[in-house]
Amino acid sequence: MIQKKQLRVSAIENGTVIDHIPAKSLFNVITILGLHKFDNLITFGTNMESQRFGKKAIIKIADKYFANDEINRIAIAAPHAKLNIIRDYTVIEKRVVEVPDHIEGIVKCVNPKCITNVEAVVPKFKVLDKISVSLKCQYCEKITDQEHMVYL
Amino acid sequence: MKNKSLVAINDLSRDEIVKILNLAEEFEKNPIQNTLCQKVVATLFFEPSTRTRLSFESAVNRLGGRVIGFSEASNTSVTKGESLKDTILTVANYSDMIVMRHPVEGSARYASEISPVPIINAGDGANQHPTQTLLDLFSIRKTQGTLNNLNIFLVGDLKYGRTVHSLLMAMSHFGATFTFVSPNELRMPDEYKIYLEEKGLKFSEQTDLNENLDKADIIYMTRVQKERFSDPVEYEKVKNVYVLREGMLQNTKENMRVLHPLPRVNEIHTDVDKNPKAYYFPQTMNGVFTRMAIMSLIFGLE
Ligand SMILES: [Zn+2]
Repeated sequence: MIQKKQLRVSAIENGTVIDHIPAKSLFNVITILGLHKFDNLITFGTNMESQRFGKKAIIKIADKYFANDEINRIAIAAPHAKLNIIRDYTVIEKRVVEVPDHIEGIVKCVNPKCITNVEAVVPKFKVLDKISVSLKCQYCEKITDQEHMVYL
Repeated sequence: MKNKSLVAINDLSRDEIVKILNLAEEFEKNPIQNTLCQKVVATLFFEPSTRTRLSFESAVNRLGGRVIGFSEASNTSVTKGESLKDTILTVANYSDMIVMRHPVEGSARYASEISPVPIINAGDGANQHPTQTLLDLFSIRKTQGTLNNLNIFLVGDLKYGRTVHSLLMAMSHFGATFTFVSPNELRMPDEYKIYLEEKGLKFSEQTDLNENLDKADIIYMTRVQKERFSDPVEYEKVKNVYVLREGMLQNTKENMRVLHPLPRVNEIHTDVDKNPKAYYFPQTMNGVFTRMAIMSLIFGLE
């Protein structure tokens, strides 16, 4: 059984499998990583049953490995995501994502009067709370919480 | 501080604040200096604020510098759709420092990131106005002889009032005790109370302005604005409650002074004006000395 499951997840020869994405965040994760601009072979699965999330999504990207700061950008959308690093059909490393201290250019500032919503300024935030994920705008100093997050 | 921008009050350490106040005190004694000789300061007021602009321009002039700029955006290329970035990069070619007031929140921080010359924030929407806070601190120190361990009463709109929030942050360096006096709807936000708790500072809250005034060293009044209330009936109920009248000063301490960032509407009755404890007009004058000090330090005066 275990072997069969492993095989299903590792069905790419080389690359990265991102698992445990909440199904509702799949498209946010795609946007954050810019996967829609990739030429690599990518497969998605969504609305899969998960004990932990209800419904989860999975993304498999062939021939792509992410740097830590690159992959940690998805942490605000999928804080429990797990990465399987695959070489030769084998999982050679498992990683978890970590919410970074600072976030740049992923979500919008909640404040309509903020410069980032008025001019072409990339939003920058300091992460105040890594568990509930609340972000303090480095420009207007207002706080954007998970509930009000809009992805760029 | 040399060549650095001043965007928010928390950009300054306790020592830097004290340094500014000490220099402001020197300028008060000798107001005509030439520390800004050969310097051009641009005052860009994208929204009008006559008091703040004149205070800055007076400070530049007293220091021998020159001023260029505009007092509102309507006659400038801004109305033609020029971006803030382009305005700043252009004006930076004409000046050695930019003082800016802008209705958009965070605009000053952004300007400081792109500008080759230092930026002084003279108010960015409801966000920050650090030179106001520094002149408040100067006024408090001047009237009390110290900034340490004072009893500060903050009165009025404590929810949205940026001046009281900045003052609270700055005074927390000096071990103050705070009393928050406001209608329920405009109470001090939790984040500031948590901040004080973390710093081990004492505070209390009350809705009645008449209570405990005999304990105050400073009563800092602010405006309660109608548009802040979701329920207009609530506003009608409180609009005449948060008004300071001369009779209320009777049992206050000898050293107590009343401050207000101005302009006032009716929250301080004019009968207070003649009381020697009223300090809001001299407070404005202190703004010139404080701004002289800030600009001189940014231009590298030791
Ligand atoms: Zn913002």
